Amino acid sequence: CLNDLDQIPKDNDYVLADELFNDPAAYKQVLAKLYAGLAISGQQGPAGLPDITGIDEGFSQYIRQYWLAQEVTTDEAVIGWADGSLPDYHNQSWNSSNEFIAALYNRIMYQITSCNAFLRETTASKLSDRGVTGDLLAEVQLYRNEARFLRALSYAHAIDLYGNIALVTEADEVGYWTPQQSNRTELFNFVESELLAIEGNMTAPKSNEYARADQAAAWTLLAKLYLNAEVYTGTNRYSDCVTYASKVINAGYTLEDTYDNLFLADNHTTTGVIFPVAFDGLRTQSYGGTTFLIHAAVGGSMDPDDFGINGGWGGNRTTSALVNKFNTGIDLTASNNAIGAASNWGIVGSATPNGWGGPDVVLYETSDADVKQCFATLVDGEIKFRPDNTWGNDFGDENGNIAVAAGLYKITVNVVTQAFTIESDPRGIFHTDGQNLEIEEIGTFTDGYAIAKFKNVDQNGLAGGDSTGNFTDTDFPLFRLADVYLMYAEATLRGGGGSESEAIGYINELRDRADNFGKVTSIDLDFILDERARELYWEGHRRTDLVRYGRFSNGDYVWPWKGGVKEGTATSAHLDIFPIPSTDLNANPNLTQNTGY
Amino acid sequence: GTVTESEGNGGLPGVGIIIKGSTMGTTTDFDGHYTINNVKVGDVLIFSYMGFNTQEVTVGSSTTINVVLQEDSQALDEVVIIGYGTTTVKDATGSVTSVKAEDLNKGAIVTADQMLTGKVAGVTVVSQGGAPGAGSTIRIRGGSSLTASNNPLFVIDGVPVDGGNIDGISNPLSTINPNDIASYTILKDASATAIYGSRASNGVIIITTKKGTSDGFKATYTGNVSVSQNIRTVDALSTQQFRDYITTNGTASDIALLGDASTDWQDELFQLGVGTDHNLSLQGGNEHYNLRGSMGYTNQTGTIKTSRFERATYAIGGNTKLLDEHLKIDLNANLALVNNRFADTGAISSAISMDPTKPVYDSSSPYGGYWQWLQTNGNPIAVGAPKNPVALLKQRDNSAYATRSIGNIQFDYKMHFLPELRANLNLGYDVSSSDGHDNTYNSATASNVELAKLGNERTYEQSKTNLLWDFYLNYATDLESIDSSLDVMAGYSYQNFENKGSSVSDIQDPTITQFFDFYNVLNLQSFFGRLKYGFADKYLLTLTYRRDGSSRFVGDNKWGNFPSAAFAWKIYEEDFMSGSETVTNLKLRLSWGITGQQDIGPYYPAIAQYLGSTETAQYQFGDSFINTYRAEPFNTTLKWEETTTYNLGIDFGLWDDLLTGSVDTYYRETKDLLNFIPFPGGSSLSNAGNANIGTMVNKGVELSLNVNPIRKDDLNLDIAFNATYNDTEITKLTTNNDPNYEGVETGGFSGGVGNTIQRHTVGYAPSSFFVYEQVYDENNKPIEGVYVDRNNDGEITIADKYRYKNPASYLTFGLAANLDYKNWNFTMAWRANVGNYVYNNIDSNLGYGLQLLNSAFPEVISNGVENVLESGFVNGGAERYLSDYYIQDASFIKLDNINISYRFNNPNDKKANASLSLSGQNLWTITDYTGLDPEVGSGIDYNIYPRPITFMLGLNLTF
Repeated sequence: CLNDLDQIPKDNDYVLADELFNDPAAYKQVLAKLYAGLAISGQQGPAGLPDITGIDEGFSQYIRQYWLAQEVTTDEAVIGWADGSLPDYHNQSWNSSNEFIAALYNRIMYQITSCNAFLRETTASKLSDRGVTGDLLAEVQLYRNEARFLRALSYAHAIDLYGNIALVTEADEVGYWTPQQSNRTELFNFVESELLAIEGNMTAPKSNEYARADQAAAWTLLAKLYLNAEVYTGTNRYSDCVTYASKVINAGYTLEDTYDNLFLADNHTTTGVIFPVAFDGLRTQSYGGTTFLIHAAVGGSMDPDDFGINGGWGGNRTTSALVNKFNTGIDLTASNNAIGAASNWGIVGSATPNGWGGPDVVLYETSDADVKQCFATLVDGEIKFRPDNTWGNDFGDENGNIAVAAGLYKITVNVVTQAFTIESDPRGIFHTDGQNLEIEEIGTFTDGYAIAKFKNVDQNGLAGGDSTGNFTDTDFPLFRLADVYLMYAEATLRGGGGSESEAIGYINELRDRADNFGKVTSIDLDFILDERARELYWEGHRRTDLVRYGRFSNGDYVWPWKGGVKEGTATSAHLDIFPIPSTDLNANPNLTQNTGY
Repeated sequence: GTVTESEGNGGLPGVGIIIKGSTMGTTTDFDGHYTINNVKVGDVLIFSYMGFNTQEVTVGSSTTINVVLQEDSQALDEVVIIGYGTTTVKDATGSVTSVKAEDLNKGAIVTADQMLTGKVAGVTVVSQGGAPGAGSTIRIRGGSSLTASNNPLFVIDGVPVDGGNIDGISNPLSTINPNDIASYTILKDASATAIYGSRASNGVIIITTKKGTSDGFKATYTGNVSVSQNIRTVDALSTQQFRDYITTNGTASDIALLGDASTDWQDELFQLGVGTDHNLSLQGGNEHYNLRGSMGYTNQTGTIKTSRFERATYAIGGNTKLLDEHLKIDLNANLALVNNRFADTGAISSAISMDPTKPVYDSSSPYGGYWQWLQTNGNPIAVGAPKNPVALLKQRDNSAYATRSIGNIQFDYKMHFLPELRANLNLGYDVSSSDGHDNTYNSATASNVELAKLGNERTYEQSKTNLLWDFYLNYATDLESIDSSLDVMAGYSYQNFENKGSSVSDIQDPTITQFFDFYNVLNLQSFFGRLKYGFADKYLLTLTYRRDGSSRFVGDNKWGNFPSAAFAWKIYEEDFMSGSETVTNLKLRLSWGITGQQDIGPYYPAIAQYLGSTETAQYQFGDSFINTYRAEPFNTTLKWEETTTYNLGIDFGLWDDLLTGSVDTYYRETKDLLNFIPFPGGSSLSNAGNANIGTMVNKGVELSLNVNPIRKDDLNLDIAFNATYNDTEITKLTTNNDPNYEGVETGGFSGGVGNTIQRHTVGYAPSSFFVYEQVYDENNKPIEGVYVDRNNDGEITIADKYRYKNPASYLTFGLAANLDYKNWNFTMAWRANVGNYVYNNIDSNLGYGLQLLNSAFPEVISNGVENVLESGFVNGGAERYLSDYYIQDASFIKLDNINISYRFNNPNDKKANASLSLSGQNLWTITDYTGLDPEVGSGIDYNIYPRPITFMLGLNLTF
């Protein structure tokens, strides 16, 4: 009778840890959970059996919270919702009680301990006890390296976001105890050593199953760590960044030709993505990830059908600071010369530097004799096209004037048919209809341009697999080649020893791919920061970039509503890292709060 | 002979008669007649009856002995059940309150817990809303746990039942037909409860069901019809007010959205509830056996359309005495069949926010003919638009069919060789099962698969099996040589709970069908003992000890030890009291004890397991999708939560028991709280989990008074009054007592994900509200967006929030009056709570301008509550939601019940009578609270099923 007090689960869904690995397939299933921890919020999609508690599970999903912390705190994004302390992100007014900062911390810690648990269950002695040999043993060794990669990834996020957290490894118990705190340098050294230890034993670039990490993923993560090493440890490692960025660049990746395709429902077919977080509208459902990114960005006059969803959540927009980045950045002379010889046609008008009097902005000959083209920076105003700086054969909108907003444009004119296009950098995928450029009220969706970058439709415009329109197929490109190009360029400019001309070549590759939008002939660090915004906005890089440039907190760079003020204001330097959440400070007496909180 | 009452003329049925020193006895029949055999001259007959002084008569030569028993209104000899045995009121050492059926609440009562509302000091019963068949939250002395269960332990006829609910049956008491209940006994202090150690920290409620009589056949029919109606509706803006608001404040496009209709959406939801209830019981027996059987049928429609409750109950109870009355066998079984359809209470907030200028029906609507907010492409608006509340009700069928049966057989054997030694074996069961479905029609926009035009379909089934056996030996003897009595008991108890079931959801859309099942077992085993020692019938000592094992814990933590001690001094028995005319009873009680708690929800919290994923939580590797396994969090260090209780009580009776009563004061400290708290990051497989952390203190005073000012044959007035003061404070919560720690978040509310309005914090009551302090203008109108800068740092940040009030009353009162005049009976029950505060989430979520204009979703306008006109608030915003403006004093006085009945006697047949009764329930509430009903258990008022006023006409026939 007393033995009845030793009860074990009888449920089909639960398996005792000691029994699970009797099934050889279980190793891969547990590994899949370590990846899934980045994509979904629990064991029941979209919600129901959460990995972490105390907050709505979809709201707290890893990529969703990572995105909020990296983007909404910066010039690239605002979110209109008043949920909890969410407004504190863009206002840069958070403290250690912020539930979203705690949620991201908890997701990161959850990933780390889950990876540790897997590593504890796959030690050499446990595998040998269970009779794991041959191909399965080799497979499990590979899984272990991927688990170590995923752990390093989450630690890297923690170093970047929180600085000083507990360092726990597979050597530690899993249960209920109080770990010791480590500082940023110790954590950096651990993550570096882990990645160096596994890089040689992962699968070669592009040879693993889709969505699983390979050597290139480890190298990209190393390059990121090295690029930011000076922030983390005080010691710069730019030459190491160049070394590992070069490894990725030489691994055979190519850029996706059409920039837009990288963010569509079928983006698993695109090139240039090194490590994605995979979503599926039917089989990998959550209220975070790209489901959030797409729904929350849709509102106002945007048609949900265009985004393959059943309706918008009306939350995310951007500030004019990001929009304005698309008005600069190329070498106009070089870009125009690359088009062809100067033609006798030009652009005149109040939006041009010389106004209605001319001389006109020159258009250049293209391979089609009827078609002229140029890159030009215009101000708010009107334009017309005319030959030879004279009136008579001028034309515009049905022979009236053409209204334009300030910006950097590629203007293409067919002087015979009088058809013309005025394009800006095609990477700036803004929805402006009904939206105001400037934000009066963060809570009003139509204040601030909306962004239509992520969509749940494929390259043919067909919606994703979930016919209900709730959940998206679009994968989140966590690491991609363009980022590595830009890391290479920046590390080179920061004295990392790479080739500046090669770097310029990479930048121009990005621009060639972006529908041939201009050229650069020289680069500097300010350009790189802006180009990162243009290429990588809303992909979760911005906060880290601004911190590395010293422009996240303080007053060197302000943007609309930074510090809770419409025109933006200086904020305190301690905000460069987030606080250790008060929940963990109270659970673990070994922790000391980050300075300033 | 015949036994009669001193103050009445009638014979007294059911009086126990035994021959002193033997085990032979009998009971009187319905008319008070009795016959007893094998009586010798010189034998002493003991006549005892609950509520009367026991009387001893020495048998002389006469074969007829008529006895007049003196009523003992102190009821000191009343037998009370204390767990694995009984005692009497006068000998009870712990805080024990017993309520007999006739003293329980009367009227339109569907679930048995409502009979107890306001009856006992220290016991609060809050119904979970006005839905037919809704259960109640019962708290004894405020609850000793923070996140573990605070439900008391229910023991029904000796079977500790599963306190959890099963779909369709809200709590164990809703399966017991109120007509079958003979008495409630409430054990409050540790001395009384510790014998139930493992689950007794929150008190014990022992329910005894009715048994047969020993005087032949008797049949009783009771039946009633009732009507229920909602008393108040939420003060949503009228159509004209809404029109005016939008016209004044809205943009041109908002104004263009106004329709032509005028719909009172709440009117469309509510209906007159009609109920009927029939019970038939048959009982009979003789001195050797008796048996009672009953059947009941209840059918009620709720005051919200579509809600309905139907229940059939069957009960059988009886006992027999065999082997020269040495072996007593008790048998009880009851069965309830419940059929419940639940209304979607989300329709209530939809009815407030739905635009009143829109019609209910729209013949062109593809969504079942109900008017709905649609996108231009004809699809419903997914976020930001209220759903048609009538469609929410009518297009959803959420029904459960549940059965529950509780029963036991108990053998009590008095040793032939040693009658002082008894052996008792109790075999009990509590099984329940339910199946149900929750379906949303294809045409519903509320369905989460609305684009596919497929409704939701979820079916589920669950079964629970709780098996019990316990055995004890009891030795009781009087040690006359040392003027002492001794009663020793020792036993063992085994209880096993199985809970299994499954659910399948979204069957309509096979691409997202989810199947779930669960199969959990909890095993509890205990060894227990009790020693009762009495000296000179003045000094009583009770010691108990219980050792409990729970399968929830592992290793050495499985077992917990729960001792208690109690001492009682019957002061009125002292010589120096003997001359007192004033004091007829005075007893002092002191007790101390430790009780335990292990009910934290999960069944295997200390074992390492993996959980598989559903089909919708797979992850893509290459071209295939992998079902994942998650390592589950666990904590091997989990152990029993321990509550130490000190209790000091005085029982008294004054002026020939014109006034009787008792005062208890208690101090209760719970340590190693089983708490769901944040875990240190990096240590565990989740961010929070169950651990033994924290302490909490309850302090309180309870007063019970009974006044019986008029005691005449045809006029009797009883007034019972109780008052309770309780104060609960968390004294430790984390491993690290950081003074800046805000505490554990709790109290999620409607209006933005991630918001919580309450905190558990050291130094405060649990679930204290955590809010900004609103600033008001000279007209006492709140100023929008202006809060007190409590930390004086020049800006309003979350550091300016403070703890303000909590949902628990510190003072509760109950008052019941019972008046008998000839054949008339009149009862009424009042109740009052003081100091309970409520977060008016209806006002906060539906009472600001942008809610009406719905600016985030320009294609929708929504209605709100009149509070928007009072506050003038425009913006949403987290700070406004968290303003103390919405924390409102919900102290109240309620007239719960009035019941008037008249009894018709049949002059030809004394046994037969009929009575008619008229009663009203939830008649009157006096409160300053502006919401619908101040009684909100969680302290957050939103979408609560309104408690209606109910009138009932009842008939009772006995023959």
